[in-house]
Amino acid sequence: MSTAARNRHPGINLGNTDPHTHAQAEETLFGFWVFLMSDLVLFALLFATYASMIGATDGGPGPKDVFELSSAAIETGVLLLSSLTMGMASIAMKYKEHPTRLYGWLGVTLLLGLVFLGLEAHDFVKMASEGATPQRSGWLSSFYALVSTHGLHVLAGCIWLTISIIQLAVFGLRSEVKLRIMRLSLFWHLLDVVWIFIFSVVYLGGLA
Amino acid sequence: MSAEVEEQEKKRELRSYIVGFVLAISLTALAFLVVAADLQTSTAYVVIGIAALAQVVVHFRFFLHISWQRSTRDDLQLILFTTLIIILMAGGTIWILNNLHHRMM
Repeated sequence: MSTAARNRHPGINLGNTDPHTHAQAEETLFGFWVFLMSDLVLFALLFATYASMIGATDGGPGPKDVFELSSAAIETGVLLLSSLTMGMASIAMKYKEHPTRLYGWLGVTLLLGLVFLGLEAHDFVKMASEGATPQRSGWLSSFYALVSTHGLHVLAGCIWLTISIIQLAVFGLRSEVKLRIMRLSLFWHLLDVVWIFIFSVVYLGGLA
Repeated sequence: MSAEVEEQEKKRELRSYIVGFVLAISLTALAFLVVAADLQTSTAYVVIGIAALAQVVVHFRFFLHISWQRSTRDDLQLILFTTLIIILMAGGTIWILNNLHHRMM
């Protein structure tokens, strides 16, 4: 037998720490991975719409009028840090560290997700107060469609995190709960990948 | 024995996350600095583009643990196929709409 069980799916593999769940994980996580890839296509088309709307401001505010480099940087940092804490949660779960650690990392991830949503909502409100509402121009419509779809995904992730924490408390570290947290971790990491494109194309591209 | 192997695996996975995080933060910082420093727009676009693609690779490699090894090849193929679909659909949309835009001017 090899020293380490082979990896069967993206993300943290349970391997020898829980062979039974690890065997189940291959199918479950591959199915979820297929969903994530189709979600990526959805975002790609929103990006394509956004790209073809660049410049279509109809005399209204443009990127340089409404975007702030500092707030985009803070949001990026918060989301990136939450990816790391989600990874730490996966590791704490895999190696059956003290439960408070798993709760702690999941809680920190949830908190960072909520901070991100708060910052984004603050940005939107500020933009709207400057007259940059979705109905103002084609560019703003596509901007809000793209960025708030990502925001809705983060919100869904936050709800999922809350449910996971409750399930952990009620059921303990059962197979099903582990598999759900593993899928949540893939979801969360992928949202961060989508955000790379958002800050590069939308914010940095708009301000450069 | 088994506990020792597990300990090594844990160290390796922890390292993967931390290395990935440091690389991702550096690439992000580079992209933001280019904009903050007010470089020439075309140069800035090139640097931002390269940094973004590199960061996507870093995220897939270190956070999602996708690699060239045989066992994760299905996942990699799925990603590559999705990338192809995205290039066709998003690239095609941008191409056609830009062309239309020029004709309407």
